[in-house]
Amino acid sequence: MNINNFVISVATVNGSGSQSANNILLKSLFRMGIPVGGKNVFPSNIAGLPTWFWIRADEKGFVARREHADIFVAMNPTTLKEDLKTVKNGGYFIYNSDLGIKPELTPELQEVQLIPISFKPLVDKSTDSIKIKKLVINMVYVGVIAKLLGIDVPTLNETIADQFDGKESVIEVNRKASEIGFAYAQENIKIPFLFKAEKSDRNKNKIMMDGNAAGALGWLFGGCTFTAWYPITPSSSIVENYIKFANKYRKDENGKNKFAVVQAEDELSAMCMVIGAGWSGARSITATSGPGLSLMAESAGFSYFTEIPTVIWNVQRMGPSTGMPTRTAQGDLLSSVFLSHGDTKHPCLIPGTIKECFEFGQTAFDVAERLQQLVIVLSDLDLGMNLWMEEKWDYPEKPYHRGKILSTADLEKVTQFERYADVDGDGIAYRTLPGTKSDKAAYFTRGSGHNRRAAYTEKSDEYLYIIDRLAKKWQTAKAYVPAPVFCDSINLKSEELPAGKSVKALYKNKYGILAYGSSDMSVKEAMYLFNKQNLDFDYCRVRAVPFNDSVLEFIKSHERVFVVDQNRDGQMFELLKMEMPDTTPHLSSVKHYDGTPITADTIVKNIKSIIGDAV
Amino acid sequence: MSTETPVAPKTTNKIGLEKKDYAGGPSTLCTGCGHDSISAHIMNATFLNGTHPHDIAKMSGIGCSSKTPAYYISKSFGFNSMHGRMAPISTGAKVVNGQMKLIGMSGDGDTASIGLGGFAHLIRRNVEMCYLVANNGVYGLTKGQFSATADKGAKQKNGAYNPFDTIDICSLALDLGCTFVARSFSGDAKQLVPLLQAAMKHKGTAVIDIISPCITFNNHDGSTKSYTYVREHDISLQELGIIQPMDEIKVDYAEGERQAVQLPDGSTLTLKKLAKQELDITDRYAAMRLLNESKKTNDILTGLFYIDSKSESLNDTLNMVDGSLAFLNEKELRPTKAQWNEILSDFV
Repeated sequence: MNINNFVISVATVNGSGSQSANNILLKSLFRMGIPVGGKNVFPSNIAGLPTWFWIRADEKGFVARREHADIFVAMNPTTLKEDLKTVKNGGYFIYNSDLGIKPELTPELQEVQLIPISFKPLVDKSTDSIKIKKLVINMVYVGVIAKLLGIDVPTLNETIADQFDGKESVIEVNRKASEIGFAYAQENIKIPFLFKAEKSDRNKNKIMMDGNAAGALGWLFGGCTFTAWYPITPSSSIVENYIKFANKYRKDENGKNKFAVVQAEDELSAMCMVIGAGWSGARSITATSGPGLSLMAESAGFSYFTEIPTVIWNVQRMGPSTGMPTRTAQGDLLSSVFLSHGDTKHPCLIPGTIKECFEFGQTAFDVAERLQQLVIVLSDLDLGMNLWMEEKWDYPEKPYHRGKILSTADLEKVTQFERYADVDGDGIAYRTLPGTKSDKAAYFTRGSGHNRRAAYTEKSDEYLYIIDRLAKKWQTAKAYVPAPVFCDSINLKSEELPAGKSVKALYKNKYGILAYGSSDMSVKEAMYLFNKQNLDFDYCRVRAVPFNDSVLEFIKSHERVFVVDQNRDGQMFELLKMEMPDTTPHLSSVKHYDGTPITADTIVKNIKSIIGDAV
Repeated sequence: MSTETPVAPKTTNKIGLEKKDYAGGPSTLCTGCGHDSISAHIMNATFLNGTHPHDIAKMSGIGCSSKTPAYYISKSFGFNSMHGRMAPISTGAKVVNGQMKLIGMSGDGDTASIGLGGFAHLIRRNVEMCYLVANNGVYGLTKGQFSATADKGAKQKNGAYNPFDTIDICSLALDLGCTFVARSFSGDAKQLVPLLQAAMKHKGTAVIDIISPCITFNNHDGSTKSYTYVREHDISLQELGIIQPMDEIKVDYAEGERQAVQLPDGSTLTLKKLAKQELDITDRYAAMRLLNESKKTNDILTGLFYIDSKSESLNDTLNMVDGSLAFLNEKELRPTKAQWNEILSDFV
């Protein structure tokens, strides 16, 4: 018997209303205290194309993607035969027998149990409304699974009520449909069912959220006041979440807005608007994905050279070009770091958990304002749009870092203000904001060659002063961006390096893994699997570019470090070598780039192929 | 013989600043460039309006036109942005700090070609700014290629003729719902200065298409943007005047002779009909018809075409708090602990 350890996959047609049913299923398990994660694999389409929802329950908390399902619900005739192949031997394949397609077990899949259900009579019993029938069919399969897994019925009913937000008639019909499915399973499915959901205490004080909602909350608490955007999958929902939060929590006592959101005509304009807003002194941000990022390239370079703080929140999807807009990847790392022509590079923050989406949603503004630079946050579709659970976060209390801004009073104390002079030796100049009441405040912002006083120049020495100072900022940035986190196979809890400790002293395994972003949970699961085979690793998760010095130390203190990338070209692998050439002999590349989130099995298989089975 | 001592002309404006407080750096444009005249008119208009340089932001894109903000009002912040990007940059800057007066200087390439999308949407949102197009029909910095505002059949310096129809910035602005549309000529201080004054007082996007001949690449015979051609074809619709709130009592004008428009700051724009053309400047469709008709006769109509003096700007539409968003602090921006718990309760 597998208790609280299974993968469910539901195949439906998009636009058929399965989303709320699947959420109910996921949330019921979550509320029973079982660690779960939910992934929506959806098409770039409004209605009619195949979609899958994956739920993974795991008592140990490994809820990243797994390749095969234990329990499959096949409701889509066009994928039904293919869907069968994604079921694990020993699993169950529940399918809608009204679709007229009979799945056949291949020799490799003899141990899959086929469970045909004629849904039509069950739906007919649930409602008379033809319109609603199409939707409640999904609640019927929820009821069937609830019975088979032993989902707690009061929890299920409470989740249904919350999902439909007090709309009694809707709640009633959905409850009824799930009860009918439940009763059907009770009376008709007599084969032994080897997966069980049991109440657990693992989810006390936990929340479940997607990274786009978490990021939007970060913006809200991080003091974001200006947002411009152009809708693009998979980033749209971060702005939509932010608008929802801001409309509720960012009004003054007269109902006026302490924030602005402008939906721009394209990403060229969205990026320019946030630059204009950053120049005026707002904490400004835009969200985008692949093609939008490309359109922002020119102005990204402009903000770099003019030193105007702003943030791009890039929820990565598969490229190149339009690519697969609803599939995940980490393919924008290099294009983000080097976005724009000339010697341009931007600090990038890379959240790996929803907590970090929330944190970096705040930190990004601090880093941007302190460095007076564009900061790009690299989330991805898997982190941004799928559901992850985590310990509740603390209320943020830290003051904002507004960076070096001179007020009218500050200007009175200086004889001269030079906008682009390195006064403090850290590469970061002082700035003034438009509207500052002082004759010393004004300066001329230009993307063309300028000297330390912001005047136009074509002189080499004046240009070098600026461009080399910008390079110095890159060094300063290493201490301002989030530090990497470390752990080993024994204790899988990632932490920043404690003050005064060296990487070498704490992490002494022969092999290391270096990863970033949403690969985190699969890396940890891979380490757990390796540990069962008596092979231990140290793990460094990079959370920002430029790299903190401890990243270099980590790589150099391990015989071999496997760099995990979710892109074809091993972009992190290449960037590490480029920024720190003497790490080259230590690094091996592990890549996954088919549009699905990386799995622990993929990581294990790839690492094994490099080091051999002998170890 | 009068015993009164002659009164020296007033050298300070209503906020006590002198003309030199509006001065800029030396121009690096070609001698005789129309754009330098525009710079002079901007300094004059801001001085006359009594707007403090600290409250002005000079915006621009890329091109000869967009270099000019360096040549006026050095005490104001300047923003020489990217080619075609003045509109969205200004949108962000203005929304955050509604108190700044934005004077945008763009060109015909910057506005009617590479920046056409941003220009259209700036107007659509009615971002409060004075949007000037120094329009000479050619790309100067790249040595004289036609721009999209060149007239069909106009001759390039190298002898080539423009085979494409022109984009008329004023017709386009009117069609897009622009709330202040005017055309002028860089050489016509009498008309342009009051237009600039009115545009800077307008609560919305105020577009002035300023024909500003390129002395180097587009001032030859066969050009329709040369000094000679513009002077010969210019039909000035109105004589314009601005009466500041404090001047009101001293000014006397005959009823009916002039049209008067109340501006948002309490001043009055007066218009006296000069040409035979009839135009009610509060009738957008009349202005569109008039401009269309003028195309048949090759007349260059100048003056104010349309004004909606009660328009709602983007900052109003967005229901923004007063003052700059830049100075809101943690307490004003962060939800409370109770709200934090309420937010998280939706995710359990």
